[in-house]
Amino acid sequence: MKELIMGALDLAKLRGAQYADVRVVNHREESLSVKDGIVEELSSSETEGVGVRVLVNGAWGFASSRNITKEEIDHITAQAVAIAHASGLVSGEKVDLGPKVTNRGTYQTPVQIDPTSVSLEDKLALLLNADTEMGKVKGVRTRQTHATTLKQHKYFANSEGAFTEQTIIETGGGIQATAVGGSEIQVRSYPNAFARQQVTGGWEAMLSWDLPGNGQRIASEAVALLTADPCPSNITTSLILGGSQLALQVHESCGHPTELDRVYGSEAAYAGTSFLTTEKLDTFHYGSPVVNLTADSVRPLGLGTFGWDDEGVPAQSSPLVRDGLFVGYLMSRETASKLGRFSNGCMRASGWNRIPIIRMVNVSLEPGTWTQDDLIADTEDGIFMDSNRSWSIDDKRYNFQFGTEIGYEIKNGKMGRMLRTCTYTGITPEFWNSCDAVCNADHWVMWGTPNCGKGQPSQVAHTGHGTAPARFRNVKVGVLK
Amino acid sequence: MIEEKDVREICESILLRCKGNPVEITLQYTDSSLTRFANNIIHQNVAERDGEVTLRYMIGKQIGTASTNRMDKAGLDELVVRAKSNAKTIPEDPNYPGLPDPVTYQRVAAWDATTADYSPEKRARAVGTVCQLAVEKSLNASGAFTTGSDVLVVANSNGVFTYHTRSYADFQTVVMSDDSSGRSQESAWNVDDLNVEGLGKEAIETAVCGQHPRKIDPGEYTVILEHYATEDLINSLNFYGMGAQALQEGRSWMNDRLGKQVMSRNVSIWDDGLDTNGSPLPFDFEGVPKQRVDIVKQGIVMGPVYDRYSGAKMGKPSTGHATPIVFRGFGPLALNLFMAPGDVTVQEMIASTKSGLYINRFWYTRLVHPRECAMTGMTRDGVFKIEDGEVAYPVKNLRFTMPYVQALANVEAVGKASHLLVSEFGGISVRVPGLKIKGFNFTGSTV
Repeated sequence: MKELIMGALDLAKLRGAQYADVRVVNHREESLSVKDGIVEELSSSETEGVGVRVLVNGAWGFASSRNITKEEIDHITAQAVAIAHASGLVSGEKVDLGPKVTNRGTYQTPVQIDPTSVSLEDKLALLLNADTEMGKVKGVRTRQTHATTLKQHKYFANSEGAFTEQTIIETGGGIQATAVGGSEIQVRSYPNAFARQQVTGGWEAMLSWDLPGNGQRIASEAVALLTADPCPSNITTSLILGGSQLALQVHESCGHPTELDRVYGSEAAYAGTSFLTTEKLDTFHYGSPVVNLTADSVRPLGLGTFGWDDEGVPAQSSPLVRDGLFVGYLMSRETASKLGRFSNGCMRASGWNRIPIIRMVNVSLEPGTWTQDDLIADTEDGIFMDSNRSWSIDDKRYNFQFGTEIGYEIKNGKMGRMLRTCTYTGITPEFWNSCDAVCNADHWVMWGTPNCGKGQPSQVAHTGHGTAPARFRNVKVGVLK
Repeated sequence: MIEEKDVREICESILLRCKGNPVEITLQYTDSSLTRFANNIIHQNVAERDGEVTLRYMIGKQIGTASTNRMDKAGLDELVVRAKSNAKTIPEDPNYPGLPDPVTYQRVAAWDATTADYSPEKRARAVGTVCQLAVEKSLNASGAFTTGSDVLVVANSNGVFTYHTRSYADFQTVVMSDDSSGRSQESAWNVDDLNVEGLGKEAIETAVCGQHPRKIDPGEYTVILEHYATEDLINSLNFYGMGAQALQEGRSWMNDRLGKQVMSRNVSIWDDGLDTNGSPLPFDFEGVPKQRVDIVKQGIVMGPVYDRYSGAKMGKPSTGHATPIVFRGFGPLALNLFMAPGDVTVQEMIASTKSGLYINRFWYTRLVHPRECAMTGMTRDGVFKIEDGEVAYPVKNLRFTMPYVQALANVEAVGKASHLLVSEFGGISVRVPGLKIKGFNFTGSTV
């Protein structure tokens, strides 16, 4: 394989590329789904191929193919160079990648139980047990359980001397119960929204979530939500977000706006831009002093954890927000160079047939000092919400509106009645500046978001978000009308 | 493009490996290129060549699935082993209706060699024209120009063999000033049908007119929606309720509304995979010929689309709307939607409006409540206040929270021109007009 890769790099240089990189990826995934006691899906998929990216006269070209043969790699290398020449017809400043990247080595996700070593029978038994437990609750209309495991093997090499080999292993799954009564439909999921928590790690993660042990609770909550009171309409109150919902809040209103390619307009036509423009760096109070956000690709279990990004930059940790002050971006070599900084390793491609673009790694809210019990006890009047049901945010990442599966009223420091169809809305910096308490490390969980869409052609990235519950003051809730 | 005889050989070699066992084979090939631009330059420019085979292997009512993009002998050998192993492990699905038998399906023209082989130079020159127009107005153009081709084959052990080729082209651009933006898009299976320069001028005009927007209060407004916003209405209703499985699970907006007049009489929506005014596909991913299905007729809810699985549960035949295997759990979907055009222009809609909003498109719309298809989302790339029948001034983007069923009940006028838009997600094509809707509910605004 190394010979094929080096051959492509040599050919690219021969044809005039100032820079080239090659990725060869094999991705295997297994998916199991059970619905209402019937195994709806048991599938295994495999995709492999090679992508060649070149820089010619300061303009980019990329071509890819599923055929990993010398002839085909030569063909797509020549094609990538030709495409780069076409890019040069409508080009601006020459691309500057900054310092050379020459890292070499191997990396593999640490696992206790390799998912491929677990029999399909055992995997199905776990899901069917969870389905049975949910089925014990009267009134549930639809029960779903799901498991996904994947193993991705990847070579990366560039014309500057980098050569890395990585094996990433992920395990994910969850359960969901849907209850229907009249025109009301209520959903509960576990451990994460949409029945999909996912981590880098082995089957031990699935076992740790104890899906069967949570089946009856989740199903009962779905049924109870049918007759729960609706979220109060259009009031302003204190909002405590559970960790799962907060993870998506971080993803949408912290992760995306700190992507430097959005700031520079590269995603303007599709995903949008960002309000966190470069003059705000080191001066803008993104949040209150208890808000600390970090981008890392080294924390255990995170879906953004790896050895090197898809430009060969090593995994690392860097601050985005410190004590409320905005201090950092998610960067590539090209965008970091433009800003006068060094890449913090956030270039990721969803597969062999896509170019790397700036993606979240693990973007996490650092833990605070509160226990969850103390935080509730300290809240006179408010609402606790958790587990996402809908999410929407504008193209600059200012105005957002989220809905959650479940809520609870908080009165005089105690959790009270259950609330259905909970929604809240806000403007990102106002919202994060209203955060006055974050729970401590005992409540901090690394959540997985395996469905982050960005780019054209579209790419789906897997990102991690560590969070503990947090409180926000003066938030508008109940925004259905 | 892979020839029909070549994929037939691959299918036959897989059937041979399966030794007469019931199986279904889906083959998809893609040869796609995309030129992406931002800040008036091309910044990403890519090409992809892929092919994937998916095999469903049946042992009675036990169904195992496997897929690969390795079409060599070892890849196909392993594919069959994995699918068979999965089938042996999985319990029976008592609702599995079996494989369809072969029937004659209509072939439709959706192929243009020039479009399939469009060069990066041609895309770059078209993009360059739009960027130059933007530069001349001191604006910033971004967007993407896609061209390419697909091949879809569905075959099974009962003798079904279908083959469909499709070329495609799509141009979309967002043009921005410091405080405004405009967007335009058009899709076609023949690249010559795209007026790239015209699309650029359209987005530029919106961006120019949108400068210095004012903030207005949220609330209920009469809205004039460009066809880009109509697409979101129709696609959302599709995702959240046009398929029979959603109806069976009680999560469709059609539940309790079949046969009832719930939308305006000037709203008619149907699916037709054979109409070349869309992006045609004559059969579904089970190899069943597509039928034209009336979904809403003059405001009356007619019924959902079916695949074989959901149809068998309700005693109905498939209408040819099975989705690719990876989405099969979601149930059937309409992939070739049309909304009937009306008899007025968008300008005439504006002229007939005392007070309202002209909206170019919606953005990041998400489901808030299923039964009404209540959605929340933002306006984007052009919002203007209408006063006394004229566009008065641009306004800042607003957030809406609106039941889409109610929105289509409130339709007062339908545009006479309809436009084809093909979604990147699943290639769903929608041909839709602009709409005038009263009582559209806005719940917030942005900075």
